[in-house]
Amino acid sequence: MFDNIFGIHEQALLLHGQRLSVLAANLANADTPNYKARDIDFAEVLGNTGQPPLPVAVTNAAHIVMSDGELPAGELKYRNPYQASLDGNTVEMPVEQAAFSENNVRYQASLTFINSQISLLQFAIAGQ
Amino acid sequence: MSLFSVFNVAGSALNAETIRLNTTASNLANAESVNGDASKVYRARHPVFQAMVDESDLSLDGEDSTAGVRVLGVTESTAPPTMRYQPDHPLANKDGYIYMSNVNSIEEMTNMISANRSFATNIEAINTARDLLLKTLSMGH
Repeated sequence: MFDNIFGIHEQALLLHGQRLSVLAANLANADTPNYKARDIDFAEVLGNTGQPPLPVAVTNAAHIVMSDGELPAGELKYRNPYQASLDGNTVEMPVEQAAFSENNVRYQASLTFINSQISLLQFAIAGQ
Repeated sequence: MSLFSVFNVAGSALNAETIRLNTTASNLANAESVNGDASKVYRARHPVFQAMVDESDLSLDGEDSTAGVRVLGVTESTAPPTMRYQPDHPLANKDGYIYMSNVNSIEEMTNMISANRSFATNIEAINTARDLLLKTLSMGH
């Protein structure tokens, strides 16, 4: 029961933290010539984590068991700019700021879910 | 914990923008500098930024998945200084000309605003990361 107590939010929190630093790097390099803005494809990476939708049957000793609960794995992707700038920089400040604050809210949402799960368990343990 | 890297990344950007603000201040201060010798007159200075990143490494857990900024160096503008005929000027050369610095005040003002905005954005990023870390620390309380 306790393996999966926080559901997807445990992975989501890690991934949101990772995305925050990637977006912070974009913001930091807003004035760097030739810097290409990067981002995490959140749905794709989160889809790679945790248990696969359908577990693969293991009928032979040589079969590889898919692991679950690993750290999110995936690749960064380059952002397509709405309008390319002359110095080769693809950071668009409003886009990055919007993504940054959205990511901030989602991080706090995952944190809230985890916190309420903890208080639920504390309530169950203490019975009051 | 990747949230901690925000402090390094945004911190390097704060440093770079500070250098940019310093050169802008120096340029504006010397906007009206003159000299009788074209090779000795003040020339506008601009920092060159570079991302501290290995473009080939795009994996999420790679060391270079986040990139700070470093200042490669400060370059001097190659725009020719303006000549002005002012024979009564104490610094005028034997033909009566003085050379004005090639600082473009409008360009410097826009540079200053841009640096100011970037600085504020990075401060905001640091504050956000700090808030999230503090909230994560108090998880379960």
